[in-house]
Amino acid sequence: MNSKTLFYILKRVVLAFVTVLIVITITFFAMHAIPGGPFLGEKAVSPAVIEALEAKYGLDKPLLEQYLTYLRGIFLDFDFGPSLKQRGMMVIDIIMDGLKTSIRLGVIAAGIALFFGLTLGSIASLRRNTTIDRAIMVVTTAFVSMPSFIMGSLLLLIFAVQLAIVPANGSTGAGLILPVITLSLYPMAYITRLTRSSMLDVLGQDYIRTARAKGVSRSEIIRGHALKNAIIPVITYFGPMLAYIVTGSLVVERIFAVPGIGRSFANSITGRDYPLVMGTTIVLSTLIVLMNLLGDIMYKLVDPRISFE
Amino acid sequence: MMKKNPLSLQVDLDDFIPATKEDKEYMVQMRASSTFFRDGARRLSRNKVAMFSLIVIVLITLSSIFLPMFWPYSYEQQLGVQSGKRVDPSYNNLAPFEYGSTEQERMDAGESIFPHIFGTDSAGRDYFIRVIYGTRISLAVGFFASIIVLMIGLVVGSVAGYFGGKVDLIIMRIVDIIYSLPDTLMVILLASILRVTLGDRLEGTALESIGSNIISLFIVFALLYWVSMARLVRGQILSLREEEYVLSARATGAKGPWIIRKHLLPNSISVIIISTALQIPSAIFTESYLSFLGLGVNAPMPSLGSLASDALNGINSYSYRLVVPAVSISLIVLSLNLLGDGLRDAFDPKLNN
Amino acid sequence: MALLEVKDLHTSFFTDAGEVKAVNGISFNLDCGKILGIVGESGSGKSVSAYSIMQILAPTGKIVSGSIKFDGMELIGIGEKTMRSIRGKRISMIFQDPMTSLNPVYTIGHQLMEAITLHTDYQGAAARERTVELLRLVNVNDPGKRIKQYPYEFSGGMRQRVMIAMALACEPDILIADEPTTALDVTIQAQILELMNSLQDEIGMSIILITHDLGVVAQICDEVVVMYAGEICEQGTADEIYYNSHHEYTKGLLASIPTIATAGQKLKPISGTPIDLLNLPDGCPFAPRCDEAMKICLREHAPKMQINDEHIAYCWVNVKKGLSDGSVILDNSTVPHQQKEVLVHE
Repeated sequence: MNSKTLFYILKRVVLAFVTVLIVITITFFAMHAIPGGPFLGEKAVSPAVIEALEAKYGLDKPLLEQYLTYLRGIFLDFDFGPSLKQRGMMVIDIIMDGLKTSIRLGVIAAGIALFFGLTLGSIASLRRNTTIDRAIMVVTTAFVSMPSFIMGSLLLLIFAVQLAIVPANGSTGAGLILPVITLSLYPMAYITRLTRSSMLDVLGQDYIRTARAKGVSRSEIIRGHALKNAIIPVITYFGPMLAYIVTGSLVVERIFAVPGIGRSFANSITGRDYPLVMGTTIVLSTLIVLMNLLGDIMYKLVDPRISFE
Repeated sequence: MMKKNPLSLQVDLDDFIPATKEDKEYMVQMRASSTFFRDGARRLSRNKVAMFSLIVIVLITLSSIFLPMFWPYSYEQQLGVQSGKRVDPSYNNLAPFEYGSTEQERMDAGESIFPHIFGTDSAGRDYFIRVIYGTRISLAVGFFASIIVLMIGLVVGSVAGYFGGKVDLIIMRIVDIIYSLPDTLMVILLASILRVTLGDRLEGTALESIGSNIISLFIVFALLYWVSMARLVRGQILSLREEEYVLSARATGAKGPWIIRKHLLPNSISVIIISTALQIPSAIFTESYLSFLGLGVNAPMPSLGSLASDALNGINSYSYRLVVPAVSISLIVLSLNLLGDGLRDAFDPKLNN
Repeated sequence: MALLEVKDLHTSFFTDAGEVKAVNGISFNLDCGKILGIVGESGSGKSVSAYSIMQILAPTGKIVSGSIKFDGMELIGIGEKTMRSIRGKRISMIFQDPMTSLNPVYTIGHQLMEAITLHTDYQGAAARERTVELLRLVNVNDPGKRIKQYPYEFSGGMRQRVMIAMALACEPDILIADEPTTALDVTIQAQILELMNSLQDEIGMSIILITHDLGVVAQICDEVVVMYAGEICEQGTADEIYYNSHHEYTKGLLASIPTIATAGQKLKPISGTPIDLLNLPDGCPFAPRCDEAMKICLREHAPKMQINDEHIAYCWVNVKKGLSDGSVILDNSTVPHQQKEVLVHE
């Protein structure tokens, strides 16, 4: 790895850090625009609770100081404060609980999306303009156009309600089938199309012609020369894919009653549990920013051309 | 010695007269040249899928605009509720084309009652008109949000692209940072805040009828979503700046903003238009997503997203209430995407081989 | 028997817009150890001819008719598997743009070794040694280090040398070079041509050099074929073509080269624009741009005329001249027109 790449990576890391900081700042100050502030909410709270909160968060102190206190709490203790609605629970614990389930859901969905996406996309590009290519394109266009909550609702309707072959509730193992499928459909469709266009682009390149002129077999050209180049744009999709899975899980977990972080986030919004909203926003945002960073770094490392420029 | 060069044709001495210019031009059949936009429009019209999608969009848009004007029911009218009287529950939860008991009585008495094509919801509202109205909201939000994004992105991108230097650097740093923010999470956050804070402030102003949620949606879009467009515009300007004709325009004494408007932008128009066109389904997507979560339009205004969300509760008994908005949204977004794809295929010069 | 015999080759591309007739009946031979230059502007069909020989046409391209005989073997219809064993091994090709012709994600060494392990018995360490040898052959310095590097670390001239090395890895009978120097600086051009010439001497292979640059052709080619709009205008030895050209297009090309002798004078380009291959006219394709064009030029393709043992041309002007000096006779008898002949006095 040369120094140019190192410098680029460093720049990216700094940007990521700054972004997270900005997210925290925006979240904090946005939440404090609510009358009463996030920790008190709109409901009447007993004086004892107010006292306890004031002591911990200095609610009577100037805003900037509160901000710094909050910041310190996050970076030193991972402390996002107490939940307003779930008495006795700390935000960070609620988040951690939900993350376990959601990460499992997300990783499986991502894996399915990647595997089928790359395969179908390659097939489509190799059989360009044939029936199978057109079929794949039509199906992926459809999936790319359907919001996840629509997809999820329809799947729930068809398979869980009408046909009753899978449980509607997501807390059990089998109950995760539908949510996983729902979450994976959009990224899978996207990756398919991305792989297809990337492969088509690569297959038209001069170096493929050189390989042909060398007498390399068709399958080796596809596997070796083409795919290795075609995969590169797909790597840049890792970050956005995760972002989609995170936001998608908000609705999917709601529809299928999966006890993940998405569901707790959605509930916290409607239930106005502001500390939880803040904490979850920050944690999820950090996750997304990190994945984007990872994707960027991987992309740089994989394509020697980019390292040079 | 004679060498034979065989000819397979009729030759006589007349043929060796020099050919005239007209003779030559006649032989060269030039293909009809046409402008970029006419070429693209022709290509687009040949794309059956895109044309079909266009028709679908136009139909949906027209019906969402005009149907509510003469439909006998309105979206917020709870049919069983009349001031002063007791709530009549016979209007609630009617199946498609079904008539409630009160309605039956009225019909027996000679009154003609317009059928409820999609039945009614749990509050006695005609579902069909609610779906139509929801479509109208989705389309309007999608369209106006894209216009806002276009305008802001255009201005910022042009400024950054044309003036370059420090200005460009600062703007692009900001763009980078906003771009790396997880947009949907920020949107949710801001939408939930704005919903609370804006609500009271709008009372009494003209914007109140639109609803604080929609306003907050527009604000959120204006804050976050212009960045891709700005990058695109800037990129176009940068590449066009290298072109010769900017130099020649300068030579005639043209100044900054005039150069931008007259020479650089028209050439990038197709790219920008396509990007905007593809932004509309994305905006509709986001709006329905937020509505599904409860952060979208204020009740009783319906949105396809909120209708779907409400329908989830009754999914076991009233499944059609979910299917209708679901299919509508999918149809709209799908048609817009296909149309956008068709536009891109027709007008993007890079894709021509 | 010539090493390569191309007879009446027709290649077209079948696109949405119609049939693009890229090559319309060309015939030429390549003898062992000779360098043949194919000259023409863009769209003349010279590259497509080469792709037809190698059978690496784009999917929309198809050899419509004709014959290509390599070492006595008919290549058209020979089957992909056999063709693959010929490509890179007995007939190699290098291309115009060295910057894009190498795979960016593989090292130079890997790409070179692929050519070697594919067609020869060298494997592993022996193959690597051969790779280093090849790089040395094409004057790439520090080859041991270079084989571990990626294409982006090489300059244009260097990359073209690597391409040449790759093409020569299996000591082919024929090397086809499609505009090998067009994308390079003039000084590098000279080096690459020199390299090709000396390698040809060393290995004793034949070369087909495709270019639009007459200067390049003059430097190293033994024989020349001049093409326009998919057809051959004239062909012969380099000397014949340069000093005794018998086609208006060739004359125009030669006249348009600015020389020291004509310094200060106006440039003499050929008027008009290249032909549209979707709408080829009936007669000689060059006629619309030709100052000497006659009515018959627009109507009929010119017949083949043997100027001398080493020179063939397809131009009505020669027929006209022959008519006026008596070396050509029109046979206007009532023989059916297919059998009419033009008789040429030696």
